[in-house]
Amino acid sequence: MSALAKLTPWIVFAILLAIAPYIFTSGTSRTMLSIMALSIVFALSYNMLLGQTGLLSFGHAVYYGLGGFVAIHVMNTIIRNKYAIPLPVIPIIGGAAGLFFGVIFGSVSTRRAGTTFSMISLGLGELVASSALILRTFFGGEEGITANRARLAPFFGYKFGSQIEVYYLIACWCLVCVVAMYAITRTPFGRMCNAVRENPERAEFVGYSARMVRFIAFSLAGLFAGIAGALAALNFEIMNTQSIGAVQSGLVLLMTFVGGAGVFIGPIIGAVLVAYLQVTLSDITGAWQLYFGLLFIVVVMYSPGGIAGWLALHEPLYRGRQLTKLVPAYAMNAVPLIVMIAGGILLIELAYWALVKSETEGPETSVFRIAMNTNSVWPWIAAVILFLGGAFALRRTWPRVQDAWGSALARVREQPA
Amino acid sequence: MTTALSLQNVTKSFGAMEIIRGVTLDVPPGERHAVIGPNGAGKSTLFNLISGRFGISSGSIRFEDQEISGLTPYEINRRGLSRSFQVTNIFPRLSVYENIRCAVLWSLGYKYSFWRGVDGLVDARERSEDIMERIGLAARRRDQAGVLTYAEQRALEIGITIAGGARVILLDEPMAGMSRSETEHAVALVRKVTEGKTLLMVEHDMGVVFGIADRISVLVYGKIIASDTPQRIRENAAVKEAYLGEAAH
Amino acid sequence: MLEIIIFSTLNGTLYGMVLFMLASGLTLIFSMMGVLNFAHASFYMLGAYFGYEISRRIGFWPAFLVAPILVGVVGALVERFGLRRVHRFGHVPELLFTFGLAFVIEEIVQMIWGKLPVDYRVPPSLDFTAFRLFDTTYPAYKMFMLLVAIGMFVALLVVLNKTRVGLIIQASLTHPHTVAMLGHDVPTVFMAVFGAGSALAGLAGVIAGPAFVTQPAMAALLGPILFVVIVVGGLGSLAGAFVASLLIGLVQTFAVAINGSLSDLVGPGAADWFGDLGTVTVAQIAPIIPYFLLVLVLIIKPTGLFGTRES
Repeated sequence: MSALAKLTPWIVFAILLAIAPYIFTSGTSRTMLSIMALSIVFALSYNMLLGQTGLLSFGHAVYYGLGGFVAIHVMNTIIRNKYAIPLPVIPIIGGAAGLFFGVIFGSVSTRRAGTTFSMISLGLGELVASSALILRTFFGGEEGITANRARLAPFFGYKFGSQIEVYYLIACWCLVCVVAMYAITRTPFGRMCNAVRENPERAEFVGYSARMVRFIAFSLAGLFAGIAGALAALNFEIMNTQSIGAVQSGLVLLMTFVGGAGVFIGPIIGAVLVAYLQVTLSDITGAWQLYFGLLFIVVVMYSPGGIAGWLALHEPLYRGRQLTKLVPAYAMNAVPLIVMIAGGILLIELAYWALVKSETEGPETSVFRIAMNTNSVWPWIAAVILFLGGAFALRRTWPRVQDAWGSALARVREQPA
Repeated sequence: MTTALSLQNVTKSFGAMEIIRGVTLDVPPGERHAVIGPNGAGKSTLFNLISGRFGISSGSIRFEDQEISGLTPYEINRRGLSRSFQVTNIFPRLSVYENIRCAVLWSLGYKYSFWRGVDGLVDARERSEDIMERIGLAARRRDQAGVLTYAEQRALEIGITIAGGARVILLDEPMAGMSRSETEHAVALVRKVTEGKTLLMVEHDMGVVFGIADRISVLVYGKIIASDTPQRIRENAAVKEAYLGEAAH
Repeated sequence: MLEIIIFSTLNGTLYGMVLFMLASGLTLIFSMMGVLNFAHASFYMLGAYFGYEISRRIGFWPAFLVAPILVGVVGALVERFGLRRVHRFGHVPELLFTFGLAFVIEEIVQMIWGKLPVDYRVPPSLDFTAFRLFDTTYPAYKMFMLLVAIGMFVALLVVLNKTRVGLIIQASLTHPHTVAMLGHDVPTVFMAVFGAGSALAGLAGVIAGPAFVTQPAMAALLGPILFVVIVVGGLGSLAGAFVASLLIGLVQTFAVAINGSLSDLVGPGAADWFGDLGTVTVAQIAPIIPYFLLVLVLIIKPTGLFGTRES
């Protein structure tokens, strides 16, 4: 692969980062872009554990949160004492905190692998999250800790008060971290992470301590999570115990898994998607958390490789130029799938309104911009018909996809190598 | 250094069951030594003890005059002893090239380096290419190890074992499950890759054993009942009775 | 003082037994199927809510019989139509499936019953005082809970040691693959075990609901403690689960009861020296004591107190 071909994806990524706030120009959009950028760093740090080394952690938010809290306290100290340390340096502090705690907790956590490791991470996560409520001076109790990022010393004249300025700061750090994390996968250590994931026993018999590999991976993942936490502290100018708890840990797991843990860009896709949904979905529907849970279950059941994994499946067809052969089958299945999803959404929205909102706000609501009355039986019937009808139709049309795949693959194999 | 590998009165019990009941064995450097014996004699357990997968109950195992009993598998491997597995134990979703490369990294001194690009390591690449040539899998270098044929996976298994440049190589039934022709290829491979090394091999196929081994030890119920040249083992009455049966091969 | 000790022992044992009711089902499912069911505490919650609904409409005793069965059916359906499909992807997707399921169940419960605790009451037939010691009374309902828990424990022992089914289950605790190869209809056995384990959790929920608070967060509060119990006791060990459940139940209960603090010991200067740590009371850290125990056990004996299996 030529040097230019190798660099192209990075150049494209940098360009996208640079022009995004000029395509999506509203204040909320730019905030959302900032959230996406820092979520990318967080999700990629998580995938150093899950996708690279095979470690499923339920407590990764600890390093994110601790990095953020240390960062925000340092910011306040700088402001109070008027030190000449500018804002762009703060993520380094967050990273150092993440690394520090990653090393300490990692020395205990990485003694075991597999399910035990997952349970340890859960327990440690709960331990830290619960301690946070007790240690009020550091964690600020229910209100959290705030800081004003514009009050640090200016950096080449910039005070980073506005959303677009802080976006570019976050985007720069995002680019640096993504490059760094990718580079780490291309090192002897990175390769051995994969080996330990595949077969930890054999890795030991070729000279590597699986425990040491996991420990280093854990510490580095903590480092980058700490940077992400510091970026969040910069962005929101507040840190509270939410950032350190089980919900945040679950969120990064969702991002990484839905995006695809087996491919490097998977978590990037997942972070962007989930950050988008987080911001927009909560405005549209009150049941957004339920949708997240269902999305997660659907991905686990039907595409455990996530979005990126599903896309990667198509690579042999792309190279063999048989990709277009799938289009008719996909189009045919898209219709019942959309109908089924629409029916499902309608059901959930009706149920949510009827159960949660109708007592206070009456039975009238609108779904897909169509007015509906939850007391009437017709919307419910319509929802059930759409859902079941779509599901049954999908069962009938799905074999077409399998056939199309089969013949496309066969044609690829027939081609001269 | 007079012996490459030396076992002195090694025993191993799992709970109340004594599997290895006092094994003494000396393998001089450069020798090709086969261990044969009926099923359940403890041959794989012996390999597991030597390579550090299990700890011994008593006795001593010395590798090049250093005591290695009680060390972890990676500590033993780093000193220059490497083993293969009877049930193929490779990295299934990594490519053939990656499998071999992972096995050479430590011996080239790269350890846990996360600051050097692995693709730029010329010595790692050249050593991996060389090993893949020798085991005949160079054409399959980009394929996932999991999709290889059984015989190819066995060859890869051997490749991973020797890639680190170990001086003492333990092969646990390398020909297991192979057809006649595959076995012939594998024998030639084993002879080629263990030149100048010390080889300790467990095998059931007598043709293979008599073709490769300089000396043979016979393990029965956790004890070595004979240890001698192939010719004399063939003629040994106790061995014939315990293992080869009346129609001696 | 003696009063505190006696009541704390009773309450701690009770809490521990409830934990064991959950941990035993979880261990059985894990041992047979290799799946650590994140949604196990959610089935406990469903048991409490089903119990509440049936109690409200019909009565407590029907709820006591019907709710666990309902939860068991839900569990069996989850296994048949969800977990079975994910099984071929490996253990990580299975764990993630149950993780997502726990989340969805919590959301649905919140939607149907609201975010606030529901008024799941002790049935009038059991709403009296069992005994009085010194100045404090002990409710009969808690004695009833203890009885049910002990009864379940005894039944489990009998089933495991005296029946053929129990023999199969015991074998699968240490050698699940061999059991599968012995020709038992594995998929149906899995469904039955998962359903039975869930029903046990549901039973725990039905009886614990009136005593402990019935709210949507109850699964999320109890879940992590449950996993601490499993790991501390040793994955796959019923005896370990029993010991760990009682240990954690007693320790947490006593911690709340003791309620001293460093300030009480050292004097008012503690806050200056230790900051927040100086004024925090033992009762406040009671919820996190299990996690300290987890870390301690993992440092000293990583396979847990009685464990032999890794995962």
